[in-house]
Amino acid sequence: MEYTLLILLLPMLTFLLLGLFGMKLRPAIAGGIGTLSLALTTLLAYTTAGYYFSSPRIGGVLPKLLPINFEWLRFTDALHIDLGILLDPISVMMLVVITTVSLMVHIYSLGYMKGERGFQRYYAFLSLFTFSMLGLVVAPNIFQMYIFWELVGVSSYLLIGFYYTRPAAIAASKKAFIVTRFADLGFLLGILLLSYFTETFSFEALTSGNSAVFSAAAGVTFLGASVMSWALALIFIGGAGKSAMFPLHIWLPDAMEGPTPVSALIHAATMVVAGVFLVARLFPLYVLAAPEVLVGIGYVGAFTSLYAAIVACVQTDIKRVLAFSTISQIGFMMVALGVSGIGGHEGLGYMASMFHLFTHAMFKALLFLGAGAIIHTIGSNEMSRMGGLRKYMPYTHITFLVACLAIAGIPPLSGFFSKDEILAATFAFAPQMGVFMSFTAGLTAFYMFRLYYNIFWGIPAKFEHTPHEAPKTMIIPLMILALITLFAGFIPFGHFVSSNGQPYTIHLDRTVAICSVAIALIAISIATFFYKSSCDIPDRLVNMYPRLHRAACHRFYIDEFYLFITKRIIFRCISHPIAWFDRHVIDGTLNGIASMTQRFSYAIRGFQSGQIQQYAFVFLLGTLLIVLLMVLI
Amino acid sequence: MGYSNFLLLKEELSLVAIIILLIVYDLFGSQKKQQYIHPVACVLFLLHTLLNFFPPEACEAFGGMYACSPMGSIVKTILNIGTLLILLQARNWVNSESVIIRRGEFYTILLCTLLGMYFMISANNFLLFFIGLEATSIPMAILSAYDKYKHQSAEAGAKFILSATFASGLSLYGISLIYGTVGTLYFADIPAGIDGSPLQIMAFGFFVVGLFFKISLVPFHQWTADVYEGAPTTATSYFSVISKGAAAFVLMSLLFKVFGNLIIEWQAIFYAVIIATITLANLSAIRQQNLKRFLAYSSISQAGYIMLGVISGSAAGMTSLVYYILVYMVSNLAAFGVIAIIEYRTGKIDIRDYNGLYTTNPRLSVVMMLALFSLAGIPPFAGFFSKFFIFAAAAQQGFYVLVFIALLNTIISLYYYLLVVKAMFIEKSETPVAPIRSDSYTRISLIACTIGILVLGLLSGIYEHIGLFSFGI
Repeated sequence: MEYTLLILLLPMLTFLLLGLFGMKLRPAIAGGIGTLSLALTTLLAYTTAGYYFSSPRIGGVLPKLLPINFEWLRFTDALHIDLGILLDPISVMMLVVITTVSLMVHIYSLGYMKGERGFQRYYAFLSLFTFSMLGLVVAPNIFQMYIFWELVGVSSYLLIGFYYTRPAAIAASKKAFIVTRFADLGFLLGILLLSYFTETFSFEALTSGNSAVFSAAAGVTFLGASVMSWALALIFIGGAGKSAMFPLHIWLPDAMEGPTPVSALIHAATMVVAGVFLVARLFPLYVLAAPEVLVGIGYVGAFTSLYAAIVACVQTDIKRVLAFSTISQIGFMMVALGVSGIGGHEGLGYMASMFHLFTHAMFKALLFLGAGAIIHTIGSNEMSRMGGLRKYMPYTHITFLVACLAIAGIPPLSGFFSKDEILAATFAFAPQMGVFMSFTAGLTAFYMFRLYYNIFWGIPAKFEHTPHEAPKTMIIPLMILALITLFAGFIPFGHFVSSNGQPYTIHLDRTVAICSVAIALIAISIATFFYKSSCDIPDRLVNMYPRLHRAACHRFYIDEFYLFITKRIIFRCISHPIAWFDRHVIDGTLNGIASMTQRFSYAIRGFQSGQIQQYAFVFLLGTLLIVLLMVLI
Repeated sequence: MGYSNFLLLKEELSLVAIIILLIVYDLFGSQKKQQYIHPVACVLFLLHTLLNFFPPEACEAFGGMYACSPMGSIVKTILNIGTLLILLQARNWVNSESVIIRRGEFYTILLCTLLGMYFMISANNFLLFFIGLEATSIPMAILSAYDKYKHQSAEAGAKFILSATFASGLSLYGISLIYGTVGTLYFADIPAGIDGSPLQIMAFGFFVVGLFFKISLVPFHQWTADVYEGAPTTATSYFSVISKGAAAFVLMSLLFKVFGNLIIEWQAIFYAVIIATITLANLSAIRQQNLKRFLAYSSISQAGYIMLGVISGSAAGMTSLVYYILVYMVSNLAAFGVIAIIEYRTGKIDIRDYNGLYTTNPRLSVVMMLALFSLAGIPPFAGFFSKFFIFAAAAQQGFYVLVFIALLNTIISLYYYLLVVKAMFIEKSETPVAPIRSDSYTRISLIACTIGILVLGLLSGIYEHIGLFSFGI
């Protein structure tokens, strides 16, 4: 299995090649190199997956493989940072997801980004991102994961700010970087705490289910919580930042300033689920050492999913709707992890979360790429500029509809199966939680179809030039993703990925399934009624609850709250006084010393007269002083 | 006493041989052959340096008057390298119109001072030591007055000889008092007789200021600026590194070997003298316009730093002092080399004459900049490491306040060193120095200095090698 190293090396070498010599290549060649190299990587990833999932099971469990692992930095005999590749069910699953979506995006971008300035740079950054993300998922220890975690953050920053001449893109890239970096501070602190008490970075040791690993932490508490709870909560903060959990979600809607294929790759399918992956990776540790943190993660996920779903209902920018929908869906995955236990039916949530991660990556990438095709031809993100597009863009229309049905949870599309498992898991945890999440699922169906009808039906807008279907390079990825979305639900996912590694056969909970489908259908009907053709009910509703509507439009003022905290409180009350102190007191003191030195230098000028008699006198005086000094001591 | 004793004086003998050869060559060589005296001198001296490169075993000769030691030999080698660099740089000047008729004597006189230093280093008896001291001083006065038709040079010579006589007189007085109280002049026997009586302390005080004068520590430094400014630049660079380095080492080994019993007393005066030296020299350097005066004050403050190695009284102090001398030598000689070539070609010597030097002479400017950076102690140049080691040696012995004051002073020194860099690189000038093509001798010397500045700090082996032969109290 040593060839798995190539999965990492190929994108990295492509990045170096395109990054260093890209400007000397013609754009088409640079794009071709990037896509071809990624196609190879994808092939390798599929081979790995095929080989891995068909490998013999030990006691019914797929083995964890370490094809490559070497010691990199040694701190103590026990504590050392290794670099390597870990293959286990979720990392292999992620390899498939990342390479698939990334390949689709690479192909799609050949058409979408055609003629853009910096085309080669774009492909270089895409390769860098793919490399980082792949490195993150195969990391065998938490420190390597952190290294790639940061690399992912950097490449995301570079891609959001790709249109660096647009101030909004620059601001968005900075915002994304600062917010996630802020959260990563929590991650780093968590890693330090964890490694200090367990004396290991290795996932293998941490998640073996052996509580002796963290016995050193037993009894150590801080502010009433055990130190393991602190460590794992801090690590979750890092995950919450990348996965845009409330209240660290503010960067994701703005990140839509990047090119749309980038949004599909990074901000829908791969990077934003890194937080979910992180929790899943450490899942046995959460269950054993800090079950209360896990429950907290569930609540954060539940609240985030509802909050984002409400906001998504009133957004008018189609990419923003998708962004909030992403936040909401990641909330679903977090909830599923939060309510899960280990083993058998208890571990349903874990399996469901990973399943939803997989299906969501496909249909959300499809939605974004479809939105990209629309934006490509319309030249705007605003819903009001669209409408009636189904006649002009049949392929985009069909594939977009498939994705909408999938996310709404209509059988037999993939989203139905994964979402249904999540709902079943929440009902098993607590009926209230189940009801809450079902309501959110209904909202999801509603806002997705609001989006769908506003784009493809509704009142046709006046177009500057007639919209046209996207070129083949963009349509083909849409088709492929739509096919996956149609059939992925039938994958026996529990057979490959489950909380304890034992095969788990998915069986539908009939009550939950019927209820959720009914809710989805009702929500879709309402959306159809409201938005398919002109209807004044939405406007009447807005007039009835003007304040609620305005608040939702402003995302419940979370951004404003952050601005208030930073600008009004931190900048004004802390930064300004410190800056003043630095400029006036510290600089003033130093300037004062400097001018004093100058003045003193001129004052001693007379000392050097040029007369040898005076020199001799000083000489003798000095000698006598020295003798006197020594005798006195 | 067998004549085989002479064989132990290998270093001195080979130097004397060169001196005699050069005198003969100068006296009897034809007019045509005279023009080759510079390469001949350089080659002979290079041979001498190589011949004595590897330190010999420790030995004693002439009944204990003379002692050779590996450490002394290392210092002699360092002095040799420095003298060789200066010889290379001297070519322009010795062939200039007013000097050319006397050029043969220059080599003899220069090497005679070096011979004096050899004896100072190897002396094991105050008598031999004093002879070495005088053998160093008197030719140096001749060197500083070498441009005798120039008013300033003659004045420098006069000032030097008067001051030196004064200092030697005090020193000799001190030695006589030591002899009076201890009853011997042998270094090996004196420590047993040192009991710290006021008379002995006074004797020590008088003796030691003679060396303070040579190293130009405050308040015995006042001759320095005038002499450095007036003397020919070649002589100035010789004073500032070779003479100073030798005297600093000799002072340290005397204090360690002979006056170790008085460590409390001399550490106290060093404390005061170091602070006064560094601070006063730095403050004076700030307002200098003439580059030679500027470097005179800079070298005074560097002498203050060198004394940090002495005050520690430890083996680490000795290692770092010798290392400091080596690094200071290449840095200062690089600076003087640039100044000398510009002075001989254009007669310009003020800082403001260097405005815009980079536009016309980029290579000379870069060498000068590296030299100044190294003198200021900016990493990664050698000067940083030498300062670091010498500060560390003093700090090891608990002189934290002193090291702190010295550190503050490096900031001041950075300011005035950067003034020159600023003039060369940033200031604009209507009439910058015209482009200069230096002769190959100077170029070799400057390249060697630059390599030294760049690699001496990075080659840890040198410091460790010196450390093998160091000793403390």
